[in-house]
Amino acid sequence: MSLRWDVLLAILAMALATYAARAGGYAVLRAWRPPRFVEAMLVHLPGCIFVAFILPSLAAGGVGHMVAAAVAMGMMALTRMTTLSLLAGVAVLWVMTG
Amino acid sequence: MSAPVTFTWAGFREGFSLVLPVLPSFAPFGLVVGVLSAGEGLSLLEAGLMSAMVFAGTSQLVALGAWGNPVPVLAVALAVFIINIRMAPMSAALSPWFHGLRGWRLWASLFTVTDHSFALSVAEMRKGKRDAALLLGLGVPTWVCWISCVCLGHALAGVVTLRPGHPLLFAGLATMCALLVTLWRGRGDLLPWGVAGAVALAVQAVGLGAPWPVLAGALAGSAAGAARDLRRI
Repeated sequence: MSLRWDVLLAILAMALATYAARAGGYAVLRAWRPPRFVEAMLVHLPGCIFVAFILPSLAAGGVGHMVAAAVAMGMMALTRMTTLSLLAGVAVLWVMTG
Repeated sequence: MSAPVTFTWAGFREGFSLVLPVLPSFAPFGLVVGVLSAGEGLSLLEAGLMSAMVFAGTSQLVALGAWGNPVPVLAVALAVFIINIRMAPMSAALSPWFHGLRGWRLWASLFTVTDHSFALSVAEMRKGKRDAALLLGLGVPTWVCWISCVCLGHALAGVVTLRPGHPLLFAGLATMCALLVTLWRGRGDLLPWGVAGAVALAVQAVGLGAPWPVLAGALAGSAAGAARDLRRI
């Protein structure tokens, strides 16, 4: 159960950097009233962040990842059960990649 | 959208029950981060502390990849910031709730924003929910689960090996795909989502790594959606 000073310092710096990133978006909006265009963008931001985050990872993963992702999404659309959907996606990838 | 924001136990419990089905997806990822922490020479205390204070899996994974002895503090912190800057637009999108909070409720709620809690809470916000305690209801179980999984992975290091690319590690991405389905509002999302995906793929194809594909894609996609919406009015 040791705690090294350089490790503690790194953890604190990581925590600070992460909190700044998390709170940053809200902090900017609190200090500054955004123009209408930015407000209209915020409505679309949630879905777009996810699409832009997921697609490059899937593309890097190859066909197996894409099929597995499609299965997870299809299962979610049909059942609305998150656990079942993620397990279905993992199972399909497992079968496809052996 | 102008009803006052509340902060109640009922909202907390609602978040709690929303996040329970998602918790299993953190286990493989947390185990891997724990195993890697042990491999980099972190003690159980250090691995647990990092997970409790940073609470952002992908960035912890990247930081551990850049670990050394002594730890390159600035390089690690910068890498973590770059990976996590994608969460800035998330807290911006949740600002209608944050605007109604003050003090510890605001600071704690901001701390618990993650990819998954964001998707779940935005879906609820769009249904007209105004109880911001939902965020902590989502965040607290996630936080406890994340720390537990990392510590378990650290304890099991040497016993279990999850090689990179193991299908179990797909659980995190599979969950995001499932949550994306809940964010779908109809055909009006086709244009912004299409632009977001295309730009993200293009930026990745050019050879730029994180966070550029997600930032460029998210901004381009939502700008496309905003441009269309404002022209209609």
